[in-house]
Amino acid sequence: MLDNFKILLHQGKQYIPDVTKAQVPGNFRGRPVISTSPVDSHALAELCPTGAISGDPVSIHLGKCTFCGECAFSFPEKICFTRDYRIATNLRNELIVREGVDVPIRLNPDAIREEISKYFSGSLKLRQVCAGGDSSTEWELNACGNVNFDMGRFGVEFVASPRHADGIVITGPISENMAEPLRICYEAIPEPKIIILAGTDAISGGIFAGRPSLNRGFLQNYKIDLYVPGNPVHPLTFINGVLDLIRKRK
Amino acid sequence: MNRISISNNQTIPLRDIPVLDYDDFLEMNIKMLERAESHCVNYYGFRWKHGIKLICCIAHDREHSIHLSSAEISTHGGALPSFTARNLAFQGFERELAENFGLSYTDHPWLKPLRYAFNRTDRSKTIANHPFYRIDSEELHEVGVGPIHAGIIEPGHFRFICNGEQILHLDIQLGYQHRGIESLLVSRKKPLERVTIAESIAGDTVVGHSLAFVNLWESLCGFDPPEELQLSRTLALELERMAIHTGDLSAICTDIAYQLGSAVFGRLRTPLINFMQEWCGNRLAKGLIRVGGSHFPFNGSLAQRLGHLLDAYEPALTEMFDEMKSLPTVLARLEKTGVVTREQAASIGAVGMVARTSGIDRDIRESHPFGLFRRTVHQPIIKHHGDVYSRTQLRKEEIAQSARYAREWLRNIPVPATRTDAPGRPAAGAFAISLVEGWRGEICHCAVTDDAGELLHYKVKDPSFHNWLAVALAVRNNEISDFPICNKSFNLSYCGHDL
Repeated sequence: MLDNFKILLHQGKQYIPDVTKAQVPGNFRGRPVISTSPVDSHALAELCPTGAISGDPVSIHLGKCTFCGECAFSFPEKICFTRDYRIATNLRNELIVREGVDVPIRLNPDAIREEISKYFSGSLKLRQVCAGGDSSTEWELNACGNVNFDMGRFGVEFVASPRHADGIVITGPISENMAEPLRICYEAIPEPKIIILAGTDAISGGIFAGRPSLNRGFLQNYKIDLYVPGNPVHPLTFINGVLDLIRKRK
Repeated sequence: MNRISISNNQTIPLRDIPVLDYDDFLEMNIKMLERAESHCVNYYGFRWKHGIKLICCIAHDREHSIHLSSAEISTHGGALPSFTARNLAFQGFERELAENFGLSYTDHPWLKPLRYAFNRTDRSKTIANHPFYRIDSEELHEVGVGPIHAGIIEPGHFRFICNGEQILHLDIQLGYQHRGIESLLVSRKKPLERVTIAESIAGDTVVGHSLAFVNLWESLCGFDPPEELQLSRTLALELERMAIHTGDLSAICTDIAYQLGSAVFGRLRTPLINFMQEWCGNRLAKGLIRVGGSHFPFNGSLAQRLGHLLDAYEPALTEMFDEMKSLPTVLARLEKTGVVTREQAASIGAVGMVARTSGIDRDIRESHPFGLFRRTVHQPIIKHHGDVYSRTQLRKEEIAQSARYAREWLRNIPVPATRTDAPGRPAAGAFAISLVEGWRGEICHCAVTDDAGELLHYKVKDPSFHNWLAVALAVRNNEISDFPICNKSFNLSYCGHDL
């Protein structure tokens, strides 16, 4: 028993007190900022492994970006990745970072469905479905619940059964073989329900976009409530995105 | 000679691999595997002229060599005698050949589809109507689990045949994660695209798979990575091992409802992966390993940070592990649960942790060294009981071993070379192989180039490819309630298998 207390004591405080303001260590690649300095925009766009960069004026689609940072290394005067991890949004268009526009990415409160804040603002249970995900974003979603990030304190938790869930979190580019299980799982969730796409692979297919091994038809049929970019998604990106989704419209 | 011996990360002309008559090819490779220190690291085929070229790679662990041989067969040539009937370790390889090329075998025990690849020959076979193994008996019942599991993990289907609470048989069906990695690696031409794909083979083995890719690519291009690059890559590989092993210790505690261990090991993983973020901007090291160089050279201040980190991490891990090990309620769940015997592990060609916890000395870092392991004497940690406890204990000891290596390497950080030439073009008409001991075990990548030096075929093998069968064998005669802890103690990759 005493050993247990000793161990507890030795851990110190591990939780992040304020997840909205925490600083992430190191040279984390979060929201990019694109300057207006002139570059060979064709060469810049050519560089990107997933076609996330468009030229003239230059923009980066965060739903396609793998955050490899190659563009910033090759064109440091043009592109700089900041440590801003709050990059989740509810509108697909907001995922596009444009040249000369250095503003935070946030959710548009007016586009949040009314029932989300009505039913889920104090408690949100999510069912995660990995559909061809490489297990990196899945790993970080697990980390959301650990003692450091402790998402459970906000009433947001992952549950085992879709019947207990208020929404679905999809990771991965949606492989053909997972298309049907994904649909069945979504249909098993009671109404009202939300859909969150977590990670570059889920939002656009990432490096796998356009492959015949995928079947992304499911996404055509429903409204997506939250896009969480990242490769993988950082836990703080996910937690802040979800908190904004359930609390912002009031 | 009817085979050619090469070493890890070596490139040879494809025509130097002897082409044998299929029966001789089979006989010779099966014979080579009669020696306990040999195992098959890869056996695969690709379209060649009007048929299929089969390449078999048998590693000899004491001689540090890989024996290559090949055979060319026609797709309309009728059924072949199988390797699997003589050596079970080939079961997955031959199921893959049957699925992808429509090959048939006279004596393969069961050619059930492997992963329902998008480019399989028979599109009428779908994952939704998979032929599960059945036993008709009024005393037995079936339990189906998945593809979607209770936690945040990857999909796969487990079909149990149970006698009461006891598992009689487990059939594991995978393929849900199939994304077509191998053909994508060929069709995308830019090195950055390819390394990005390699990083996505298994997102929990980013360093392992991207290292196998760059080692292979640099070998094809005749590029010799400078010392500081070797250091940062090998160090990253060992840090990945430590981080995932720590997370696995947490997950094992979670599955036996040991809350303190779950929380403490869970938070102990955080400084390790946050260090990766400090170093390269990504907690899972995506972006760190690149062909011919790195944007994130390892330096003295990072070394100092890592030293301090390990000073705090190691005693905390040991304290928690010792406490956990002293609890009878924990030990009762781990000991003698999910046993893989040495004979079973050897028969299925198990690799990595599964081999080493069943008494088999099999570790690429020792047998076919790469990176800094070419000058670091590596003594693999071997456990003998093959149970969940062995797999838990092995992780703790491998963490300590990797930390020791890291400290040793940190003492001497090489000065970055002032100038290194970028890798050139890959050799034409060549074959190259790359083996890396990732945290799960042996990763094997093979590539073949055409006459213009473009990739003709790329083959990826994750250690899970061999080891999934070990899970099925381990749970027999266990209670079905012990399945989660058994499965977690292996922690195999679904996407690494499905590709």
